Amino acid sequence: MSTFLGMPALPVYGTGNLHAAESFPKAAHRELGNAQLRANLGHATHTIRDKRLQVVSELPDWEQLRDAGSAIKESVMARLPELLEQFEANFTARGGVIHWARDADEANQVVAGLIRDTGETEVVKVKSMATQEIGLNEYLEEQGIAAYETDLAELIVQLDHDKPSHILVPAIHKNRSQVRDIFLREMEGVDPELTDEPARLAAAARAHLRRKFLTAKVAVSGANFALADSGTLAVVESEGNGRMCLTLPETLITVMGVEKLLPTWQDLEVFMQLLPRSSTGERMNPYTSLWTGVTEGDGPRNVHLVLLDNGRSAALADEMGRSALHCIRCSACMNVCPVYERTGGHAYGSTYPGPIGAILSPLMTGIQAEENSSLPYASSLCGACYDACPVKINIPDILVHLRSVDVDSKRGTKKIPTQMDVGMKAASWALSSGKRLGLLEKGLPLGRLAAGPDKKITKLPGIAAGWTQSRDIPAPPAQSFRDWWAKEKDGRK
Amino acid sequence: MRIALFATCIVDAMYPATAQATVKILERLGHQVVFPSGQACCGQMHVNSGYLKEAVPVVANHVAAFDTDDYDAAVAPSGSCVASVKHQHPMVARSCGDAALEARATAVGSKTYELSELLVDVLGVTDAGAQLGSYFPHRVTYHPSCHGMRLLKLGDRQSRLLTTVQGIDLAELPEADQCCGFGGTFSMKNADVSSAMLADKTANIAVTGASLCTGGDASCLMHIGGGLSRQGSTVKTLHLAEILASTMAEPASVTGEVRVTTGKATR
Repeated sequence: MSTFLGMPALPVYGTGNLHAAESFPKAAHRELGNAQLRANLGHATHTIRDKRLQVVSELPDWEQLRDAGSAIKESVMARLPELLEQFEANFTARGGVIHWARDADEANQVVAGLIRDTGETEVVKVKSMATQEIGLNEYLEEQGIAAYETDLAELIVQLDHDKPSHILVPAIHKNRSQVRDIFLREMEGVDPELTDEPARLAAAARAHLRRKFLTAKVAVSGANFALADSGTLAVVESEGNGRMCLTLPETLITVMGVEKLLPTWQDLEVFMQLLPRSSTGERMNPYTSLWTGVTEGDGPRNVHLVLLDNGRSAALADEMGRSALHCIRCSACMNVCPVYERTGGHAYGSTYPGPIGAILSPLMTGIQAEENSSLPYASSLCGACYDACPVKINIPDILVHLRSVDVDSKRGTKKIPTQMDVGMKAASWALSSGKRLGLLEKGLPLGRLAAGPDKKITKLPGIAAGWTQSRDIPAPPAQSFRDWWAKEKDGRK
Repeated sequence: MRIALFATCIVDAMYPATAQATVKILERLGHQVVFPSGQACCGQMHVNSGYLKEAVPVVANHVAAFDTDDYDAAVAPSGSCVASVKHQHPMVARSCGDAALEARATAVGSKTYELSELLVDVLGVTDAGAQLGSYFPHRVTYHPSCHGMRLLKLGDRQSRLLTTVQGIDLAELPEADQCCGFGGTFSMKNADVSSAMLADKTANIAVTGASLCTGGDASCLMHIGGGLSRQGSTVKTLHLAEILASTMAEPASVTGEVRVTTGKATR
């Protein structure tokens, strides 16, 4: 990329809840110790992924739909500035107001300013990853504005002063008796005889939320899609709470990442098939709300949209990594990920957990930000995420790419190379010649000696100690295959 | 056919019997096996750990060893190494701007097959018992490794071959498509998560009542076998090539106590 004087310092890295405060292995170690969490997660992810497999197999053109979704998103990324301008023109022409935000701070200030202008101190919210990403609720609280989550799972997490652990099922890590305890402790006017029956829990949440819907004059929402050719925004949700937020208040403020754009109405058809099947395992999602500007006498009179960069331009600037922006936040990758299934979302430290988070967070913050450099290693590269992704994001390849960016970014900056650096260098020397490897294999009998009479190695030093934490290594053979071949087949000693 | 064997570094150094079994199978089918002596490793460990610069000489060595007209097809008893040769080698060459190496790597990749892929697609093996004399009278469960399953799309080639082995009692592994948790340096960098994944894999193996777990990747089998050994389990791991090479006259050698069953193929 050529640069010139006065050009903004690109790429702009993201701020807010994208940063891991501790390394993944450390956080994972802690989360793995929570047996209840693992049981809840295992149960929930298995249920969702079985449902997804079933509804996906019903569509004979599923693979073509994935290709179409991927191609549409690729075209969006290739002409994002142009599409954003087209969207802005159409959105504005229909009575909406656009605000551009470079990072989390700018977006928070814009939203708080808009709410202050209304004179209100309470807002209702429909589930939004973007506002989670910028830490809007916490910011508003500091400004004396109370934000009430209306999505049931988000409400549970908010009442418990916890963080979501999954992007679709934020309370996936809690079971219903835990939910009952949270309601009893935190919900105003709740029936003290509340049981953990799902219907009773839902009724309690319903009564609580109804009071908020009927009084709130301002709503904050996210958006799943924005259509450039008409200036329309779309939210898909399951409970109808979103529709209450989107239609009842006088002022509606939407916060959306710039990558959510689609060129035309027609493109929505592809994603309305891909998204519900991939996320909840449903053929069609229960509530799809679309709104285009302001309509006199119907719905909110003041319609705002905050278009958020917050590191998306940085991700876009990474040629290998940019397809991570194709993500439609369906969560299919985390539901099939063996690493996510065991650690849960909190271990990733970001609003975006699981395989997609392991690439998206470091792409948006830069690999050197805090502990985010540990995220691309949080995968065995089994590839289940790539198979499940409805828009074919090649997550394993991007993980490997980001690992190389991490290794390269640390080259030369460290005074002492790590054990891994030294080991990789030595292995590169040994494994780049058949002769050298053959010579090293002459040392195999030494390994047999180390293994002892029970023919296994149970303790290794240094970075290899992780292996022998739960695994033995068999005693090596007396003779390598290479030696056997030379003796038996080539007739040489 | 003249077939070049890529033994892979783990098999060469740790599991020579797997490579010997591969040779036996191919020779039994009447093919000639050659072993390019310059070969060492596919470099997957370097690539997957982010050490692309260090991967370059390893990849260049592999390409140099196999870039000849001396053979018709190359084979490796490892899905992940074949996937690396096919998918990663051209990428590594590209990363260092070596277009000539990229072209040679792509050519080598197009001639390289995973064992079951070569047997089924190229050599037309549909019945291991009849065509190879495979006989293995044990209760066995099968773990399909991730890279073979997802990168090479091996499908049911491996399990189909196993079902045609005489005397085998093949027990289905619950959650077979779940990763065993090895992932190369992942097992060291994220040892806790890797161990948790392994614990679930070995628990599923125990449920099958099999005395052996087989698969097409030595590295996964080393991982699973290492876990079983640490847990004091009597269940062993054995590469698929060794089961296919096993005959009534020359049975595969399995160390330790193995439950012998007399059942016929159940699937």
